[in-house]
Amino acid sequence: MPEILYGKTLDELKEWVKELGMPGFTAGQIADWLYKKDIHSIDEMSNLSKKNRELLASKATFGLIPYTTVQESTDGTKKYLFPAGNHKFIEAAMIPDKDRKTLCVSTQVGCKMGCLFCMTGKQGFQGNLSAGEILNQMRSIPEGPEISNIVYMGMGEPLDNLEAVMKSLEILTADWGYGWSPKRITVSTIGIVPAMKQFLERSDAHLAVSLHSPFDEERKKLMPVQQVYPLKEVLSEIRSWDFGRQRRVSFEYIVFSGLNDTPAHVKELARILDGIRCRINLIRFHAIPDTPLPSSNDQSVLTMKEALNKKNILTTIRKSRGEDIYAACGLLSTKELVKRENSDF
Amino acid sequence: MGTGIRAIKNLRLFPTPLVWKQELAPEVYVLGFKREEDFLPGQVVGISHSLELEPRLYSIASGNKDESLEILFNVNPEGALTPILGKQNPRNILQLSKPFGSFTLNENRASYWIAAGTGIAPFRSYLRSGLPAPIELIHGGRQLQSFYFQDEFLQKIPSGYVRCCTQEKGENLYEGRLTNYLREHTTLQLDANFYLCGSAEMVVEVRDILLAKGVSYQQIIAEIYF
Repeated sequence: MPEILYGKTLDELKEWVKELGMPGFTAGQIADWLYKKDIHSIDEMSNLSKKNRELLASKATFGLIPYTTVQESTDGTKKYLFPAGNHKFIEAAMIPDKDRKTLCVSTQVGCKMGCLFCMTGKQGFQGNLSAGEILNQMRSIPEGPEISNIVYMGMGEPLDNLEAVMKSLEILTADWGYGWSPKRITVSTIGIVPAMKQFLERSDAHLAVSLHSPFDEERKKLMPVQQVYPLKEVLSEIRSWDFGRQRRVSFEYIVFSGLNDTPAHVKELARILDGIRCRINLIRFHAIPDTPLPSSNDQSVLTMKEALNKKNILTTIRKSRGEDIYAACGLLSTKELVKRENSDF
Repeated sequence: MGTGIRAIKNLRLFPTPLVWKQELAPEVYVLGFKREEDFLPGQVVGISHSLELEPRLYSIASGNKDESLEILFNVNPEGALTPILGKQNPRNILQLSKPFGSFTLNENRASYWIAAGTGIAPFRSYLRSGLPAPIELIHGGRQLQSFYFQDEFLQKIPSGYVRCCTQEKGENLYEGRLTNYLREHTTLQLDANFYLCGSAEMVVEVRDILLAKGVSYQQIIAEIYF
């Protein structure tokens, strides 16, 4: 199998060019071509000698993966489908908003967390994405150069694929890489405490935690991870970090009408988040097929926002985007997977 | 049974000698350690071969009054840890965390326990800890030898132990997948609690079947392993 260049860190490139007998500075040149210039092949790396380009091409591929399908919502949101080997697919959602373009990237093929409200979980877990496959979701779409923010909130649990996620963050933020400020990046997690600690130690990107219920027993039914990493441990770890200045922590809260938006929930949220400089992002629930969970409407979400604001918790409502193309739930890739698997019989 | 999250960094580990090892079926082992800690049936421990290798989580398979703390696993040839664990011998030192987790049984409510493969581990811990037996323990496996601890379950749950076997036929076996067994089940007590332990795929599929039958999601408690 040839090496894949796209997704390698500068240190990895240095080690690799050394193995090939190339001068050390070649690694920096390759990184420059990979992450700063708009080329698609090794042959285009014009400041490398012809001999070195040929050597590279004999041992490696550039490694970009074109998308196979794109759906566009009436609101401009686009969902891109990328192949991830063996008839599996992942998706990335590009969400335009005024002068911003946010990209929501996947980190795994499927997911093993089994959250009740998530469509991705229904296809099970098929594998982790590499750092290159994560970043390729930005690099290989037409809007790539215009992307202003990246959120790791697509398919999969990012912190269940910690090393690839950390590598992708390094490439995004390093001077030799894309040179982004970590303030433009948010990594979401359902609260895998040890991995979250690693992420907080090794990166300055923002953190978003899926909360969805402040009550242990209720959260356990929605999110099995609560069995192993209860919310109180997640919050305890978060309390030991300085948020609110350079780095933000937010709590994602999908509103299920009548289920997790009662006054008791508001009161308990205020209690457990007391002292944490944070914001809550309320999200209207997009109904997914066969879900037992109630959808929410604009009014119920607004009512909850006002109730939380009264408790002095900064609360925003995340706009529903791309609803007509199910931009938030992994449905496109699931449909593709089911379609292909059914073709076997 | 490996559970929850594949690799766990920063979990505090303690050197612990392996006391015994038993092969239940080809490449399926129980490791026994001296029980040093109290735990709740259904909890997990992190385990690793060394401090350099990230620990994995395993449900405790023994009772909370047993002398041993036992874990059950099958060797995944492509895995980083289980091939090493499978080669361990008594007196070797492994790294174990304290027990944690909350896949615990509500003793005041009738329940079904549903497991695939090594997902049977926490349910053995329930039974060996003296917790009330379920209405049914439904276990999915490929061959007769996949029904780990079946002698114990046959003795303790004589009328409610269901073995769903996909590759072999045999006396008192349900021939087929446990998901088929559940789909065909016409007398499920829908107001009971349902405890699920297995892979994400198994848990999600079983949960969907139960929801379609009218079980409230609030009665479905799941522990997922990879």
